[in-house]
Amino acid sequence: MIKPLTRNQMAWRAAQDVADRSYVNLGIGIPVLVANYIPRERSVMLQSENGILGIGPAPAKADIDPYFVDAGGQKVSLAHGGMLTDSVGAFTMITGGHIDVTLLGAFQVGYNGDFANWDAKLPNKGPLVGGAMDLAAGAREVRLIMAHTTREGEPRLVAACTYPLTARGRASRIYTDLAVVDVTPSGFVVREMVEGMSAGALAAKSGAPLAFASDCKTLAAPDL
Amino acid sequence: MFDKRVETAAEALAGVKDGDAIMLSGFQRIGVPDHLIMALIETGVKGLTVIANSTGAHGSGIAKLVAAGRVERIVASSARGQGAEMTPFEMAWFAGKIGLELVPQGSFAERIRAGGAGHAGFYTPVAVGTDLAAGKEERRFGGRDYILETALTADFAMLRAERGDRYGNLVFRGSQANFGPVMATAAKITAVEVNHLEEDALDPHGIHTPGIFVDRVLHVPGGA
Repeated sequence: MIKPLTRNQMAWRAAQDVADRSYVNLGIGIPVLVANYIPRERSVMLQSENGILGIGPAPAKADIDPYFVDAGGQKVSLAHGGMLTDSVGAFTMITGGHIDVTLLGAFQVGYNGDFANWDAKLPNKGPLVGGAMDLAAGAREVRLIMAHTTREGEPRLVAACTYPLTARGRASRIYTDLAVVDVTPSGFVVREMVEGMSAGALAAKSGAPLAFASDCKTLAAPDL
Repeated sequence: MFDKRVETAAEALAGVKDGDAIMLSGFQRIGVPDHLIMALIETGVKGLTVIANSTGAHGSGIAKLVAAGRVERIVASSARGQGAEMTPFEMAWFAGKIGLELVPQGSFAERIRAGGAGHAGFYTPVAVGTDLAAGKEERRFGGRDYILETALTADFAMLRAERGDRYGNLVFRGSQANFGPVMATAAKITAVEVNHLEEDALDPHGIHTPGIFVDRVLHVPGGA
């Protein structure tokens, strides 16, 4: 029986790749959970596009300061060495290439690194682009955290995105509940798969050809 | 003698008229000039173009302004409400009764910055190859594609800040600054509600928005 990773385990796996002394922007959804799993010995500055550089741990109820929220509207604290700026300052960090890595959610990603994460074309919901396109174009590296398939089992790793694009060719690594996949000049390359998953079974859940790294590893995460 | 303090919201909004473009600061309910927005509704002006990051969550001032039928068009990065219930904007938009110009959040901030700084626009890599680049001039610089984004200006900017003085100097707190400082630069008249209105001048080393960009300051105690 194959056990897909939980949301927390996907966030944990992505967190293991966040480098020491890096500046990181986490998108809403699973990506913000990454903050909980960055190894303690690594010093990382988390940026929020509403003007916070250096988000700290979630504050205890008694310590909540209503003036401090992140991009998703969650109450946050400021880390040691953190600072505040306005939207122009925050987006200068983002579009100017000063953010080392952004971790974002996505509906679909193409084997060429195109991805879609801002408009699901829902019949009763307006569009929301927020800072997604700015991060996609400007961060030095764009990594995605997403379920490998839709709830109906349709692939999210595809030959060509059908949802409106966020950016072309910018995704470099994908963490799914089944695998860690790199986007390379020759397409998707699987680096890790969950235990018991075969190459054929993963390919069947993907909408574009997969190559497998010669040292393809088991994707494992602690119980979280 | 410089004295930009006003006694009432009506004085702060004097001169606002039908068809005006109005910039409203705020991100996720922080830094939103709720008092001035309620006063704007009371003036009865209509046909407004609202320039704000979001089209308004349930119960927000912008949602009330839209629900009152005063807004013709909104320029924003987010037009989606949270939760299942549609926002007043979403209802009006799906009914074809209100216009929307959706802009990536960093381009939104930078367009306002261009407006405030006297520039006609700028070329950005953000949104290249996406639906939000439709109709925009594309140009290649140094091997990368960029689109032309044009400046945004307004008749009025309405902001909320933590502190102000009679010179119009402003200080923000926490994540409250967001679009406030840049919007202050890009409107013919900038009206600000502040939690604390100082009799004396603010410490010049800590000022976020210089008084040259501010026309009217109203004391409205009450948090973020």
